[in-house]
Amino acid sequence: MTQSVVVQVGQCGNQIGCCFWDLALREHAAVNQKGIYDEAISSFFRNVDTRVVGDGGSISKGKICSLKARAVLIDMEEGVVNEILQGPLRDVFDTKQLITDISGSGNNWAVGHKVFGSLYQDQILEKFRKSAEHCDCLQCFFIIHSMGGGTGSGLGTFLLKVLEDEFPEVYRFVTSIYPSGEDDVITSPYNSILAMKELNEHADCVLPIDNQSLFDIISKIDLMVNSGKLGTTVKPKSLVTSSSGALKKRHKKPFDAMNNIVANLLLNLTSSARFEGSLNMDLNEISMNLVPFPQLHYLVSSLTPLYTLTDVNIPPRRLKPSLQFVSWNQEGWKTSLCSVPPVGHSHSLLALANNTCVKPTFMELKERFMRLYKKKAHLHHYLQVEGMEESCFTEAVSSLSALIQEYDQLDATKNMPVQDLPRLSIAM
Amino acid sequence: MRMVSRLVRSLNRTEALVGVWRQGLAVLPRLVWNPWAQVILPPRPPKVLGLQVVFRGNTPSLWLSMSIVTVQLGQCGNQIGFEVFDALLSDSHSSQGLCSMRENEAYQASCKERFFSEEENGVPIARAVLVDMEPKVINQTLSKAAQSGQWKYGQHACFCQKQGSGNNWAYGYSVHGPRHEESIMNIIRKEVEKCDSFSGFFIIMSMAGGTGSGLGAFVTQNLEDQYSNSLKMNQIIWPYGTGEVIVQNYNSILTLSHLYRSSDALLLHENDAIHKICAKLMNIKQISFSDINQVLAHQLGSVFQPTYSAESSFHYRRNPLGIDRHVRPPLSGLPPLSKMSLNKDLHFNTSIANLVILRGKDVQSADVEGFKDPALYTSWLKPVNAFNVWKTQRAFSKYEKSAVLVSNSQFLVKPLDMIVGKAWNMFASKAYIHQYTKFGIEEEDFLDSFTSLEQVVASYCNL
Repeated sequence: MTQSVVVQVGQCGNQIGCCFWDLALREHAAVNQKGIYDEAISSFFRNVDTRVVGDGGSISKGKICSLKARAVLIDMEEGVVNEILQGPLRDVFDTKQLITDISGSGNNWAVGHKVFGSLYQDQILEKFRKSAEHCDCLQCFFIIHSMGGGTGSGLGTFLLKVLEDEFPEVYRFVTSIYPSGEDDVITSPYNSILAMKELNEHADCVLPIDNQSLFDIISKIDLMVNSGKLGTTVKPKSLVTSSSGALKKRHKKPFDAMNNIVANLLLNLTSSARFEGSLNMDLNEISMNLVPFPQLHYLVSSLTPLYTLTDVNIPPRRLKPSLQFVSWNQEGWKTSLCSVPPVGHSHSLLALANNTCVKPTFMELKERFMRLYKKKAHLHHYLQVEGMEESCFTEAVSSLSALIQEYDQLDATKNMPVQDLPRLSIAM
Repeated sequence: MRMVSRLVRSLNRTEALVGVWRQGLAVLPRLVWNPWAQVILPPRPPKVLGLQVVFRGNTPSLWLSMSIVTVQLGQCGNQIGFEVFDALLSDSHSSQGLCSMRENEAYQASCKERFFSEEENGVPIARAVLVDMEPKVINQTLSKAAQSGQWKYGQHACFCQKQGSGNNWAYGYSVHGPRHEESIMNIIRKEVEKCDSFSGFFIIMSMAGGTGSGLGAFVTQNLEDQYSNSLKMNQIIWPYGTGEVIVQNYNSILTLSHLYRSSDALLLHENDAIHKICAKLMNIKQISFSDINQVLAHQLGSVFQPTYSAESSFHYRRNPLGIDRHVRPPLSGLPPLSKMSLNKDLHFNTSIANLVILRGKDVQSADVEGFKDPALYTSWLKPVNAFNVWKTQRAFSKYEKSAVLVSNSQFLVKPLDMIVGKAWNMFASKAYIHQYTKFGIEEEDFLDSFTSLEQVVASYCNL
């Protein structure tokens, strides 16, 4: 069984990360009734004897003593991480796996990437090495961050390069929160585009998540729960946004519901690697099957059910999508079956798609970027950072343009008839 | 027992060379070809199957059975392997039907010797080696066997790693293979040494994934190098047409082309076909892989359990593996058969060889004349050389009568052609190729595989 390490960077990354660990504990608690530290739990947690001082406390088998998350928490201002460490999850995190600073990145990618990158490079490397040492067989780094800010965006993408150099065989799965149109950070287009170049080059798989879509999902759920339609009752624990049964109290914070959705996504993604099923799918299989060309590694995710009705019609297993596929991959879908359902549901479905529908999102981002860049608005904040030049911007934009063009080419084949190419002919 | 080997040149002077060997009791036609030059390959020396065994007379109790070592590879191989051993043993323990008690005892002894070795407290241990690159499935398989109480796997018969092959044939073949070659071959050797008289290998794997397919091809190659005189039969699972693994067509063509060089017989089962059996014949509503694997195990069991051949009706055939190359059993005797019904269509799939195995009531009087129809066979074979029937009165697994057809024919062409076509289309766009070149499988290797398989398709079409 393999292990994965979660790297949460910046305010957004850490808040989502917190939700993720909360739900992960809840899920394993539901499945693991006997309190034995087994392979499934070890994929994300270490079992530690807290009485032992220093590093030697790891226990590999037997009863669960104290679970520590395999996580590295990074933020350049202390507020969010401190809150986590004072909250109910404080015992789950190893205080040695934190990197914090005081001043923050000021929503500036350049500060996050160049300034804090070089300042903390050694520390970051050391924390990663430590967490890798605690793993029997490290398979994947999950990086959670936002694209619009400074730390998550800048420092988050800086450490992708570090991971690529230090652990070339370990997969880098990045969950990136893309800013919505009404984002309150004015420079979010700059930050996003600069970060995208790094994602293009150094990530194995990116799961782009749009804040706007998360808003829409929340409204849909609220509508469902509050409408009280005749004959439909929603099981309260089953809401994908709910954290009932988890350690945290009923959330009042605005982003909690949205973060829970992302946390559920990550849990579902890794479920087949953690639990058994009749057709397992490991994380390296995701990359193998869904990334036909190295650049096109953006996977759109959809999750169902968002809530469970009390009586449910389970669809048959052989699903036949009616999507339009590329001509050379007409049946390009892979199925995986895991026997352990998520908490509160009897079944669930996660779909990951490598789809050209990400193109409009990227194009919109590029447009917002160009509107600012043409006027050179706010550019001086970036250029005054050592190591930043205008060429960084132009390179980033051309990288994105190239990506959009690749998607364009695939779209162009959409309505062409599928032709079988002439095969090799054998002389008989 | 005579050993006659004949070379039959095909009528239209192709480069395909067909050798027909008659080895004791089995007919083993092989399709041998050379894709590169106009060189005619000499026939390989006939595999000596069971002829080393001393003929010890007619009574069943003195006769010696030959053992098969099963190698289960990857998730599919291990899941199926478990079902096969379970099916074999439960059939062996089932009631003797219409045969005599002595007959039944001979049957049971033969089955046990072939597939199991005995332990001190009487629980048979399967003669199997379990290989997978991640532990979940093997752990499940081992515990299911132990839970049955009837049999189990050997304690040291597993080889396992922590991280799988990621559905990547190149990773299974070029990384896992060489890395773990020594350990895996050691475990296999120990298992072979346990056999008093060793017949050959039965390798269970899928084509679509990474471990079964890639590592399976590597292991089969090694077995060919180290045990060139023993028969190697690969049970290959042909994936569902859609929805299992996106790169399954690449993995499949790489597997088949490599196995063609090192395996002696490829027994193919299509997931789609078995799915249809479950849905239409057995009326299962929600078909799981467990159902599919059990149907498959039933089919294999009815092929491998002891039988008498036409020539020697006094003791069970020594060698269970005298089966043709590239074989697909398209039928299975699931409902009790009232007669042997033959397809009355005008277009038969032309066969090179057919084997019918009959079990149960009225086997001696069953009419198999339909299988000797020359229209079934290619023009350069006489039906008498291409058709064989094995029988036993001992019923199989509660079925009063059952029949299995094992066939080497053009059945293969359509599915193979489809897979090659899809893989070729994908290859033309270079999609996913970087995932393979990362681990040392280059575009030339793909082209070689395509060439090999196009040759196979052409050769079969020309029958």
